[in-house]
Amino acid sequence: MKETNQAINSGSTLVEKILAQKSGSKKVEPGNLVNAKIDLALGNDITAPVAIKEFERFKVDRVFDPEKIVLVPDHFTPNKDIASAEQALALRRFSEKYNIKHYFEVGRMGIEHALLPEQGLIKPGDLIIGADSHTCTYGALGAFSTGVGSTDLAAAMAVGEAWFKVPSTMRFEYNGTLPRWIGGKDLILYTIGQIGVSGARYRAMEFVGSAIEKLSMDGRLTICNMAIEAGGKCGYVQPDEITFEYLEDRVRGDYNAVYSDQDAHYEQVYNYDISDLEPQVAFPHSPENVKPVSKAAGISIDQVVIGSCTNGRLEDLRDAASVIKNKKVNPKVRMLVIPATQQIYRQAMEEGLLAIFIDAEAVVSTPTCGPCLGGHMGILAHGERALATTNRNFVGRMGHPESEVYLSGPAVAAASAVAGKIVHPEEVI
Amino acid sequence: MIFEGKAWLFGDNIDTDAIIPARYLSTTDPREMAQHLMEDIKPDFPGLVKPGDILVGGENFGCGSSREHAPWAIKGAGVSCVIARSFARIFYRNAINIGLPILECYEGLSEIDSGSDRLRVDLEQGTITHLRTGHVYKAEPFPPFMQEIINRGGLIEYVKARVNPAG
Repeated sequence: MKETNQAINSGSTLVEKILAQKSGSKKVEPGNLVNAKIDLALGNDITAPVAIKEFERFKVDRVFDPEKIVLVPDHFTPNKDIASAEQALALRRFSEKYNIKHYFEVGRMGIEHALLPEQGLIKPGDLIIGADSHTCTYGALGAFSTGVGSTDLAAAMAVGEAWFKVPSTMRFEYNGTLPRWIGGKDLILYTIGQIGVSGARYRAMEFVGSAIEKLSMDGRLTICNMAIEAGGKCGYVQPDEITFEYLEDRVRGDYNAVYSDQDAHYEQVYNYDISDLEPQVAFPHSPENVKPVSKAAGISIDQVVIGSCTNGRLEDLRDAASVIKNKKVNPKVRMLVIPATQQIYRQAMEEGLLAIFIDAEAVVSTPTCGPCLGGHMGILAHGERALATTNRNFVGRMGHPESEVYLSGPAVAAASAVAGKIVHPEEVI
Repeated sequence: MIFEGKAWLFGDNIDTDAIIPARYLSTTDPREMAQHLMEDIKPDFPGLVKPGDILVGGENFGCGSSREHAPWAIKGAGVSCVIARSFARIFYRNAINIGLPILECYEGLSEIDSGSDRLRVDLEQGTITHLRTGHVYKAEPFPPFMQEIINRGGLIEYVKARVNPAG
């Protein structure tokens, strides 16, 4: 199935190679402007309605390729109000009109960035754009994948191309042994805490090192998902056995795994030894405001959310369940668990994870982005505080402008739901 | 193109949730979005901002989500252009793609008296004149390719012309 392409030592990174291939160039350099062919274009119920409106301006009677467009109503769905219902309907009508193959109705859908890899729509070496900033997630499979706006999506749906400025690449090496309770979320929060929300602005982030090599696909998806929170254009992990194992039975047909050359140029290289890393927590109101969990100890919380495109995958639910099993959510806390896709939901049910959450008196919801962006299903009141496994904690992100969001991985979130305040998982185990 | 308008100063890392909160994303109408522009960080702003005004930001303006509603809300309020020390990349391309003029200017514009000082912006020259002090700031020029998108009024018209030069 896989073809590898390591022979040419052209001094290029994975991203430079993909952008060169897709733009018909031999080689591209950071700063070059290229027009590239896209393998997949994605939109959701917030961004696609604007894209559809712009698309109509082309006055064409077909999309460039009905098999290369993915539309997922996941943000305000199941429809939270009439206006949202109208937006979701716009996606459905468009999908019917143009025979969009990958339209995922409620009941089949999931949170887009968990759903697309799961459904085998992402392949190494692909070039993917999505009208959603967390489209950078798919770099975990060795694709070049980046978030764009609705107008970019409109143009891509019409002509199958998009313009790019070739980014320079920053290399992040994580070495050492992953301590217990540490996952992809802790690595990326730590990194954003180090370099800041603008630290990788316009750049590609390459994640390597012995810790990454051992990290599961779910963990890699979490890391790449939050590249945007450092300002990154994309984040990626180069394909390896973990990648190929994940792709088996999901992806049909050939793909072309691409790797950075030994002599590739990196704008910067960071080395982190993570052997002693504590679980990380981002304080309000910025994902760069990161501290070890011990510095957050004792902060009381009103709500815990476990889910989102960042941490709503099976491994995340397993982590949370392992902490909360045979315990109860603190009476002062609401805990929401949102499996990211129907398949994850089903698997979590079969493994007994949902029973653990329900016995703990947590809510288990159908897949939705819902509370992460203050959409629905868990909005915060004035003065309330949440600990969430989501990706952003900006002012008003989960509700009232005077509410607060802390970010962590699922183990810390579950433990904190039990304690009623932010704690290290060891404290409730 | 030359714009002259009142300047409103914002800080670093103004995110798209601040520009337009997610609870107002159930619309595709820019004027409706404009009624909530910056309301979570400056609640009176939608009533204060007038057509022709100019937004001035610090580093990483427009970070966070890819919602094109952010530049649309700014455009919907009639804001003539946005100047910042730097822009988050999705906001940057969205603004160019929808034909909202933006300028990157590394010189500090922090001496501006927000909500009262006026600026004159010459897009072709890439100059920003602070009318109270007479100080002229120089913005980063756009690559010709992006200038072409801006000249055509956005990406859709640019792509239409490229795909079908005769039409």
